[in-house]
Amino acid sequence: MKFITIDKKDWAKGIDKSRRTYQLFGPVKDENGCKIKELDTGLVPDMDYHESVMSAKSVLFPQSETLLTASLNESVEDHHIMKRAENAYTPRAVLGIRPYDAKAILLVKMNFDTKDYRDPYWCDAYEATTLVGLGITRPGPFDFSTSVGCGPFCEDGLDILMADLDDHYLAKVLTPKGEAYAVACGFDAAADDKESQALFDILRKEAEKNIASSVETDKLKEKVLLDLHEAPFWDEVAFSCINCGTCTYVCPTCWCFDIQDETKQKESSRFRNWDTCMSPLFTRHATGHNPRGVKVQRVRQRFMHKLKYFLDKYDQGIMCVGCGRCVKSCPVNIDIREVCQTMNTYEKKD
Amino acid sequence: MENPYMPYPVRIDDIQIATEDKSLKTFKFIFLNEGDEEKFAYHAGQFAELSIPGVGEIPIGIASSPVEKGFVKFTVFRTGVVTSHLHNMKVGDIMGIRGPLGNWYPWDKLENKNVVIIGGGFAFTTLRSSIVYMLDPANRSKFKNIDVVYGARSPGMLLYREELFEWEKRDDINMHITVDGTDDPDWKYHTGFVPQVVEQNAPKADEDTYAIICGPPIMIKFTQPSLTQLGYKPDQIIMSLENRMKCGIGMCGRCNIGKELVCKDGPVFTLDEINQTPKEY
Amino acid sequence: MDTCIKKIRALAADLLDKGEVERVIGFAKGTIPMATSPIAIGSKQEIEKLVFNSTCGLNLANFATKQKGKIAIIAKGCDSRNIVTHIVENQIKRDQIYIIGVPCNGMVDKFKIAALFKDEITQFEEAGDTLTVSSVSQTQTLSKQDVLRENCRLCTHRNPVLYDVLAAELVEEQVLENPFPDVDRIEALDSDAKWEHFENLTKNCIRCYACKNACPLCYCPTCFVDEAGPQWVGKGQNKTDVDTFHFLRAFHCAGRCTDCGACVEACPMGINVRDFTRKLNKDALELFGWEAGLDLTKRPPLDAYSPQDPNDFIK
Repeated sequence: MKFITIDKKDWAKGIDKSRRTYQLFGPVKDENGCKIKELDTGLVPDMDYHESVMSAKSVLFPQSETLLTASLNESVEDHHIMKRAENAYTPRAVLGIRPYDAKAILLVKMNFDTKDYRDPYWCDAYEATTLVGLGITRPGPFDFSTSVGCGPFCEDGLDILMADLDDHYLAKVLTPKGEAYAVACGFDAAADDKESQALFDILRKEAEKNIASSVETDKLKEKVLLDLHEAPFWDEVAFSCINCGTCTYVCPTCWCFDIQDETKQKESSRFRNWDTCMSPLFTRHATGHNPRGVKVQRVRQRFMHKLKYFLDKYDQGIMCVGCGRCVKSCPVNIDIREVCQTMNTYEKKD
Repeated sequence: MENPYMPYPVRIDDIQIATEDKSLKTFKFIFLNEGDEEKFAYHAGQFAELSIPGVGEIPIGIASSPVEKGFVKFTVFRTGVVTSHLHNMKVGDIMGIRGPLGNWYPWDKLENKNVVIIGGGFAFTTLRSSIVYMLDPANRSKFKNIDVVYGARSPGMLLYREELFEWEKRDDINMHITVDGTDDPDWKYHTGFVPQVVEQNAPKADEDTYAIICGPPIMIKFTQPSLTQLGYKPDQIIMSLENRMKCGIGMCGRCNIGKELVCKDGPVFTLDEINQTPKEY
Repeated sequence: MDTCIKKIRALAADLLDKGEVERVIGFAKGTIPMATSPIAIGSKQEIEKLVFNSTCGLNLANFATKQKGKIAIIAKGCDSRNIVTHIVENQIKRDQIYIIGVPCNGMVDKFKIAALFKDEITQFEEAGDTLTVSSVSQTQTLSKQDVLRENCRLCTHRNPVLYDVLAAELVEEQVLENPFPDVDRIEALDSDAKWEHFENLTKNCIRCYACKNACPLCYCPTCFVDEAGPQWVGKGQNKTDVDTFHFLRAFHCAGRCTDCGACVEACPMGINVRDFTRKLNKDALELFGWEAGLDLTKRPPLDAYSPQDPNDFIK
């Protein structure tokens, strides 16, 4: 563990230096809101941003990603034999990522890196990525990260955690990857360990006090899965849902994807796209049978998966880091905090 | 670990029309690369993703048995984009197979037990794999009595007809072949729906007997009560679920039902496990 | 604007009490500032849940179809035009729906308001034309007229065109010399600039389909983007596929769109997808003299053929 002081006047120059060996990503504001984007040369991340509409998951898990390619040209020797697509996994750094997005990456890792299978695309990207986090001193109104195992200064999943102290950043280096990145930027002004840690503790407590939103999840584990599934409140929850994919796409812990093949003349490629359990086609069999063909079944699936199935399966808390993006972006204002409360307090009537 | 999305290249070695209405075909594949067949070592009950570059992938139960070497066989029903394309392919064409995927029938639990196999329609593929496995001289002594009830709409819709009739002649397996109806006067076997044939011919349950059941949802729905009547408890009834799948390795989330991922925690479940899962299959 | 919520609640309560309708579809108070949520209430006891204000930007006609029994619905001017379209297109029967018409003088643009603050909005209150909006660091008083949604600024059908009862007095309709200044602006651009405009427009689209699903016109059991045999459009982030979705959807809505703005309201990225549909609305007016949803007896122009249809495009 090591602490570094970074004068804000040196920030842009430092990260520019790191471009020699790192591809940079960070928050960028545009007319449609703030997003985590690749930073072209000269583009500095907007470190004053509050929330980004989309999470950082697209750095490791792009919305469209080619997996395999094959030639369909029968005169070529290895025609119809698939090869891994040439994607680059050069080192990259995500600057200014929020702690809840980094924690979310750890949750998503449980899906892509299991004892039976390793998704090479996601995992190679993960290994090549350094996460430089920025603590949230002023949590937004939809941030409920502290009640779901995360928080505005949570260190889980980060390689560096930075605190914004007006004219400078105080950076806490958490991992060897973080250390390597600091070196690549030339940030080496060491700060006193004890004082710095004390300062971080104060900042964390202050920030957590400013969290205005919360949920209760304490009784979810003990609820019987099928009782929650058959509960009568789902019809009311689901009425306004328009089954778009907004909640799933802005959510940093949602990982479902679709795999498709496309051809262009004699070249074929197999790629994956983000997909959403809210789509009516998600579970439709080729025969036409659709186990979740009715809207309420899909709405129920999303909340049950996030707040109950994942909890029961892995016993690592719910599949939510409290970023509040779905609450803000849902076109019909379906609020996961309310649904969580309803589920947590549900008692089956006999 | 290898890339789990990468299929093993295979060549179509043989295509047989499996049913009289030509809606099903049995494909025999041979691995192109030395060593791939060993890597693909599978158990009866598993499935694989048949992969056609430029078209897509489909999850299909493995019809050949682990004791059959040199090839793998799948029986495929033509119903959508990929299956239609596959049905139009020729011997010699190259494509891919990903797998083996999913869990398998609990062979270790079934040792020294009586096994009752119940199948309907074209869900008989992994059951064929299981029967060939059990009947193999190296394995037969591991199991006690084997009873099979298999039904289809008509004689021409039964899969693996020749093999079925061969097994019927054996004395180390009790075959109860049935059809819903037929106007063939020479039909030697049962006529009637699977649930009734099960009720009339399947052995009563005891703690040494397990039932493996695989078929269309409607057959399962009506066969379950027959088994319950014969005394089978939910943890003695083993089923294989189907669901919409894409990755087959438990990552894309599509086949998720309750806590289970059908492609990874299944597709084989006991009825007991299924009863604790939402009915979204 | 007289939010007339007391009248709406009284009318709704009465209908439910007398058993004249099974459910009333309206808006409920949101859990976050500037949001409301479509709701269906089935009993008089739930009447207090209904609200109506300048953030009720979605189109309730989208929720009116496939309901069991008779329903009542809160309908602004644009919503009522979509109900007319639903009836003409056989998505609902006239006697299945009891329309509580609400004359409207506009909804606010949430993105425009958010852009005036440097942090998240925490409170939104309205009193007539005055809006008091706060974030953690500041409070501003705004005039509603200054932050109206674009489609509301150019609206010429504020009063419901079809209704069973009105919840308030009719309001004065705007008369616009040029109802399509936004389309004219784009049409005046040269080819390259036009291309760039549309490329820019869709660069942040995440294919969530919130626009399509919030739109009352998009009710196809299988949308063209979901067809697999054959597949018409790719589902990924390929630019051509993204643009194809938007262009093609706009054409499917041509001559039927009422410019209710639900698509823009729903979009999490704040993309002005109306740039696609507005041009087609202008064409419908200029080529066919047609505005959607005003006449229960006529089908939209692309549904019907007449020998008088303009055909000077045939060279």
